Amino acid sequence: MRPFNYQRAADAASAAKAAAQHPGARFIAGGTNLLDLMKLQIETPPLLIDINHLGLDRIEKIDGGGLRIGALVRNTDLAADKRVRRDYPVLARALVSGASGQLRNKATTAGNLLQRTRCAYFYDTRMPCNKRKPGSGCAALGGINRGHAIMGTSDACIATHPSDMAVAMRVLDAVVETVRPDGTTRGIPIADFHLLPGDTPHIETALAPGEMITGVLLPPPIAGRQIYRKVRDRASYAFALVSVAAVVGPDGQRFAFGGLAHKPWRVEAAEKLKGAEAIAASVTLGARTTEHNAFKLRLVRRTLGAVLAEMEA
Amino acid sequence: MMTAERTSARGDDGMTRRNVLAAGAVTAVGLAATPIETSPAAQSLPVTPMLVRLNVNGKDHDLSLDPRTTLLDALREHLHLTGSKKGCDHGQCGACTVIVEGRRINSCLTLAAMHDGDEIVTIEGLGTPQDLHPLQKAFIEHDGYQCGYCTPGQICSAVAMLSEIERGVPSHVSADLMDVAFSDDEVRERMSGNICRCAAYPNIIAAIRDVSGKRTA
Repeated sequence: MRPFNYQRAADAASAAKAAAQHPGARFIAGGTNLLDLMKLQIETPPLLIDINHLGLDRIEKIDGGGLRIGALVRNTDLAADKRVRRDYPVLARALVSGASGQLRNKATTAGNLLQRTRCAYFYDTRMPCNKRKPGSGCAALGGINRGHAIMGTSDACIATHPSDMAVAMRVLDAVVETVRPDGTTRGIPIADFHLLPGDTPHIETALAPGEMITGVLLPPPIAGRQIYRKVRDRASYAFALVSVAAVVGPDGQRFAFGGLAHKPWRVEAAEKLKGAEAIAASVTLGARTTEHNAFKLRLVRRTLGAVLAEMEA
Repeated sequence: MMTAERTSARGDDGMTRRNVLAAGAVTAVGLAATPIETSPAAQSLPVTPMLVRLNVNGKDHDLSLDPRTTLLDALREHLHLTGSKKGCDHGQCGACTVIVEGRRINSCLTLAAMHDGDEIVTIEGLGTPQDLHPLQKAFIEHDGYQCGYCTPGQICSAVAMLSEIERGVPSHVSADLMDVAFSDDEVRERMSGNICRCAAYPNIIAAIRDVSGKRTA
């Protein structure tokens, strides 16, 4: 790790202010992704702002029937919360399908949203990567890219966003709450939170410099069945090749997909269609595949088919 | 309030000796290497130590640490508790698993400074050769290891994992999110963050099953 300064923030607004005053500063919560990247010198923040003691670790009921999840609620605690298990099972299922027990005990809600891609070329500092070093090129485009994105990619980057939790939050239409360095707050719909790479794959979220996530709002529970199905190379502790978060009930059907893009992939127009074939075709319209990851098109159709069959069972 | 900070005097692209060697090797075989500036300043930057109090196995320790010190390095290098092992140092193998404030975590992926005042239990705190923890005893009885390198992490992980099941924390294989019960499948899933290169898994599961049976009986 490169040397850094370490501060403990007293409250969210002063943390955001400190981050804005120190370019390159990073908030540290669980640290399970950030410290990994710092050891590899992919992240080299001159300042770490520890936000672990800000009291943002509660899950509260909000007016209208939803839940506010504090930014620092650990993945284990979110998945184990009785209200989440009962009313938002797709979220609990997505959480427990990710990482390991040890990591989920430490990883936070905000950190899960902000985790970086696990693209091997992003991790290998000897290889070009536009996300790690803007303008250096993308080694994944002509490399081994079996796990990479097929939707919303660009010539600059084909990395996926690795979160399972975010895929469930997308199907639930969650809203990310933040505080900005001037102390003002805002809510960012999860659909707008993660950015597609375009020409600037190093800019990954809608957050402004210094802006800090304080929580995530879940709308009132949706009636119907909820399923999270994840397909991966190992039965446990592996990132998704394709995953589907699904809610099917009296008010219709909703599907969000992981493993396809640098954000949870959801095509609302496809949700009016019937059958896995038609829905998958609509969801993957405009897909740009490579020699290694073209199988994901088939896998989307089949995984969705399995989800729909389970819904009817 | 923020604590005082240092002025950074380093360049933009410092590198470790290991990276120098790695970059050299890459160049030698003609692969594209990202140009890296060398910056001796990064290595000589004075580091302001941090005062951190850790309660380890029931005893307070006041340490003065480089902020970069992971909890694992604080335990091994500063407190000389070498039971917790450094396997991958990236949170993938679980050999460094310790129990912090009652929860199992990867001690390699957290800074000691983030645990000021925390209660930490390592393998040394679970039992001693004269007075083994039930899981330590069960690992011996069931031959739950071969080389033993992953064992302290396996045992710390298993101790906390059993309490997670008792608390009703669901897992990926729990058929009912609202009703969680012990099973071999649950153990396999929940212990997937602890890798055993000798593949003693069947015996590890037997040891955990044995202790779980005694706890619930």
